[in-house]
Formats: sequence, structure tokens, C-alpha cells
Amino acid sequence: MSSLNGKVPASNGARAGRMLRYVDALAEAVAQEMERDRRVFVYGLDVDDHKRIQGSTTGLLERFGAERVFTTPLSEDAMTGFGIGAAMAGMRPVHVHIRMDFLMLCMNQLVNMAAKAHYMYGGAVSVPMVVRCMIGKSWGQGAQHSQGLHSMFMHVPGLKVVAPSNAYDAKGCLIAAIRDDNPVIFVEHRLLYPTEAPVPVEPFVVEFGRARVMRRGEDLTIVGISNMAIECLRAAELLAEAGIAADVIDPVSLAPLDVDTIIQSAEQTGRLLVVDNAWTNCGASAEIVARVAERPVRNRSIRFERMGFAPTTCPTTPALEQEFYPNPSRIAAVGYRLVRPGDGKWVPDPRRAELSYQVQFRGPF
Amino acid sequence: MPDGALRADAETLERLYRKLYLTRRFEEVVADIYPTDKIKSPVHLSIGQEAVAVGVCDALRADDVVSGTYRGHAAYLAKDGDANAMMAELFGKDSGCARGKGGSMHLVDIAHGVLGSSAVVGSTVPIAMGYAFALQREGRGRVVAAFFGDGATEEGVLWESLNFAALHKLPILFVCENNGYAIHEPIEKRWAVRDLIAKVAAFGLPASRIDGSDVVAIRAAAASAVAPMRRGAHGPSFMECTTYRWREHVGPNADFDAGYRSRAELEPWAAADAVTRVGAMIGAAARQTIESEVDRQVRDAVAFAEQSSMPASIELKTHVFA
Repeated sequence: MSSLNGKVPASNGARAGRMLRYVDALAEAVAQEMERDRRVFVYGLDVDDHKRIQGSTTGLLERFGAERVFTTPLSEDAMTGFGIGAAMAGMRPVHVHIRMDFLMLCMNQLVNMAAKAHYMYGGAVSVPMVVRCMIGKSWGQGAQHSQGLHSMFMHVPGLKVVAPSNAYDAKGCLIAAIRDDNPVIFVEHRLLYPTEAPVPVEPFVVEFGRARVMRRGEDLTIVGISNMAIECLRAAELLAEAGIAADVIDPVSLAPLDVDTIIQSAEQTGRLLVVDNAWTNCGASAEIVARVAERPVRNRSIRFERMGFAPTTCPTTPALEQEFYPNPSRIAAVGYRLVRPGDGKWVPDPRRAELSYQVQFRGPF
Repeated sequence: MPDGALRADAETLERLYRKLYLTRRFEEVVADIYPTDKIKSPVHLSIGQEAVAVGVCDALRADDVVSGTYRGHAAYLAKDGDANAMMAELFGKDSGCARGKGGSMHLVDIAHGVLGSSAVVGSTVPIAMGYAFALQREGRGRVVAAFFGDGATEEGVLWESLNFAALHKLPILFVCENNGYAIHEPIEKRWAVRDLIAKVAAFGLPASRIDGSDVVAIRAAAASAVAPMRRGAHGPSFMECTTYRWREHVGPNADFDAGYRSRAELEPWAAADAVTRVGAMIGAAARQTIESEVDRQVRDAVAFAEQSSMPASIELKTHVFA
């Protein structure tokens, strides 16, 4: 087991050199934990069908059998409570939802029971449960298949929320989530599934509450959440072409939130842009900016910007959908204005922006 | 409507009476203390409904598990939950079963198989089902009894749970304590179909309606339901126990002057009161012994609660995470 928080695991030898897709890292993490711990089981609608949750539960049924890998009726409310009860009894459930939007059907159990059980029963029980859920985007996913609702869960004491942006963190965070004695909302993004990164073969954990600095720069701090971490890296490439160097930070875990790493960077650059894969209103970006603004020691003033979903419902048509999301070009433009407020005319070369957007991300993780 | 004779051997009746009397006495004392403001959480008294929990729990083993509701004092005490820790919990003390953080609606005693209760109607039912799944996998013949009210049958989660429990043949006994009211609203204003048993049976569970004043019948029904579950592969059962809440929905008082129900409605239930009836069936000497022992137990619980400390302020932030 190894923990590589905050470091680039690039020189980890041959074992770390294996490239693995995000989707396969998810399946591998669960398989290794099921192998290690008989108490772990995986359930949720379609985890055992031919599509296997876009491939993220591939191989589990064959290897561990229907006793430990099984589908459910479309009863998200009860099936969440079911997992909580099994967890209280000592098992380690992993409940899988193919879209995060479906967690709205689980809110009573997650917020009123899972989050509170340890506290309101005076420590008599714990709920070691993982709720995997996937955010959709593009191909007309639309209003109810695309929401990033992580801030709703960040709001509630007793829940942990993680949103890994790459295959390395996906595996390490999922293993950490399964081993955690608390309910963990594990936020995935569909567009990250095919992305590859070097991932160790052996099990390892990425500890929660430690942000990852993905790129170093002295002019600007950009925080990107979930899939936006990758978009922000691309934006940083565009900014570099204009001579602006950005720190790009992926919080990885949102609750607990490593605000210290963000404060440290923002204190150095004096400029903080937070890009969320969600609405900005009452969102993770609001929380991060507030926590930085409230920092106990203020050596310099910091200018803030936030980006996220347009304050609308997500439309299906690509003509409108592309306006709904931040993209590397727009992120870079906002970052540029933060650094050079007097020079607001710069926009990335559209051809470079397009290229940046389409390039397959292959690391550094 | 309650009727019929209670038939059981003397030892069983004495055991049942001890639990019935304990539950009744404990709550009467709680009601007496309540106006002093020493009790620091709202109380939903089981008075009048004790026979359901007492009868079911008498059919359970010590290592079986129950889940209750916010009206959960009876289930907690009937399953041998720690009376001292319960009273301390009501007083908000550090020695409470939830360290003063749960109160009357969140009683818990895992050592005695009492899962935590909940203030959100129906919310413990799927959790009890998940616990039953773990017990099924454990394979030691343990079962879960899940108590809930008639109001919970209006929550979708109950039906989701019945379906899944039946599908996976989970060892769980669903026990509906049907007292005819959800808060202050009668069933006539809430149910399109009155036949709960037929609705449940449609989900593939054996289901029966039982007079909730007949503690012996409840005990017998629960025993015959859980016996095959212990042998495995039988699956869940459902009991609807008709009963009646004597006191107000929340608080220590009667509320027959509130206008939503009449005192006449109480009368047949009071006449069939299990505490009175079972008490009259056991020998006078045995009854006196039980009552004096239970009286002392309740007095001790109050003293324990009185003498315990309030939690230190550091406790506010402990137990947020395990």
C-alpha cells in the first residue's frame, strides 16, 4: 500500500508506469477490496447487466458471484437504507448509481440517517458505506442526467464527499472510501471514464482532505473540481501560451476540504479562480472562496472569480449545451482577465483552444 | 376490536407482565416528571400500545434485533434495552444511551439488539431490512423485528422494503402498530383501501391482523413467524397489530378534549388493557413481587439519570465522524 497525496507519482517505477483508464481503475479498486475484505459487497441497479455501469463494474460478478454483486429494484430510497443497515451490521456496502441525479431519491436516507447515525446514536453505530455516482455530460444528457450535486452533500456534517479527476485518484480514493468508517459520496464524471493515467497495480489509498497541486505557476491559482480539474489543466496550457503561469489545484476531496493548500497558493499568486462542475450558487466554489476569504492570516489581498454551470437547467441541444459549461477557452479568458485586468481583449486562439480541448489527457497522474 | 381470552402458562404470563408493567410504569413516571422540565426531549408515549412490542420481543432471542420508531420506548424496554441509559438519555445526560445526543426519539442499545430509532416516519424500515440481510449472510438464525406505525404504510419506502425483503427472503418480521392515527389524522382520511393485509399479501408476504391488546396472541404469531426464518430461506412476514394510543401524540397528557377523537373511542381499548388483564391472571404474590421490583428499577433509573452529568461541551463535536 502506498499513499502519494500531493505528489506526482511519475517516478514510481514500472508498477506505477502502467496506464489504466479511469473506468478500469474503479473496477480494479473494488475488486481488490472485495478480495481483501469479505464484508465488501456491490449493489445497485444494473451493476450486473451486460453494460456493467459503463464498464465500471466489469468482472466483479464473475469473480465474486451474485451473493456479493447484485442488482436492485428501482427503489433508491429503500436500497439506500438497506445499505445503511448492512453497514451498521458490519458489512461494507458499495451502492452504485449510474447518474448522480438519482441521489435525489436517496436524500432522506443519506441526510437524515447515514450522515447522522453515528452522532445521534452517541457513537454506538457507524455507517461504512460508499455511494458511487456518475455525473453525465454531452450527448444530450440534459436536465436530469448531468447535475453535479456534490455541494448538497458537502453541506451536511457526517458525510464525506470525494470527486477524483483522474484514474490514479479514482483507484486510491475508492479504496480509501471503502475502508472509511463513514458514509462517502463518491462522485465520478462520465467524461473521465476513458482518460488514462499511470496507476499502481497494487492497492493503495489516497487520503481524503489533501488537495493535489497538478501544475505549478506563480501568476494565478485555478481550482478545478471533478472533470473541471482536467479542463483547468487545458486552460493552463492556453494561458501559458500568453505567458501566464497558473497553479492548478484539484481538491480531490470536497469534504473534508484541504483549504490550506488552496490558501497557500492563492496567497502567493494573489488571484484565485474556482471552476466547479456545478452551479456556483451555494456551491463548492462559494465555499472555497469563502474559506479563503476568511483565512486567519492575510498577507496580501486576493482577487476572486468563480465559474460553473450557467444558472439554468442543462439543455440537451449542443447549440445551448456548449454555452452551459465552462470550457478551457472560457476558463483561460477569465484567468487572463484576473491576471491582466487592464487588458480584457485576449481570448485563446480558437484553433489552439479546440486542439487543447480534444487532446486526450494522459497524465501526469 | 379487542376480545378473547389470554392463554399461556404462568411463567410466560409473569414474564410478559414484568415487561408490560415496566413499560407502563416507566412511561407513567416519565409523564409525571415531564412538567418539571427535567426531561429534555419530546416524548411520544407508548401507553396503551405496550402489548405489541412486549409480545413480539418475547418471541425473540437475546441476539435478535429490533428497530423502533419515535414512539419507541416500549420496543426498547421490551427488548431489554438498558432502562438507566434510557432515562438518562431523556434527561440529556452523558450516561444516556446516545450520550444525550439523541433523546427519546433516537434510543439505541446495540448490545441488546435495539437499533437506533428515528423521528422520520418509515425511515428505519429499510435499515432494519439491511440489518436482516447481514444476519442472513451471517447464517446464525438471527432475525430482525421492525416496528412501525400505520402512518409508515403511506411512505413509499415501506413498500420498496417489503418487495426487496420478499424478493431476497430476508429474515425480517414487519410489525405494524396500527393505532388508527398519524399524528392527529385518522386512517379514514388517509387510506383509500382499508385492508392492509391484502395490500401486503400482494407483495408476497404472509400477513396477519392481530388484536394488539392480546399480548399472548401477538407473542404466538411472532413466534410462528420467526421460527421458519431462523431455519433460513423462508423470508419475511408481516403482522398488523391493531392498538390504540391513550395519550396525546407528543407529550405526557391525554388529549380527548382536542376534538379529533372522543373519549368513548378509548373505552373498549382501556377495558382490554393488556397490563390490567395479564396482571389479573397471575398470582397475587408474583404480581406484587414483579411490581415492587419494577418500581424499584424505574426509581433507580430516575436516580441514575438525576445523578449523571450533563455532557461536557467537547461532546458537541465528537461523533460527527466515526
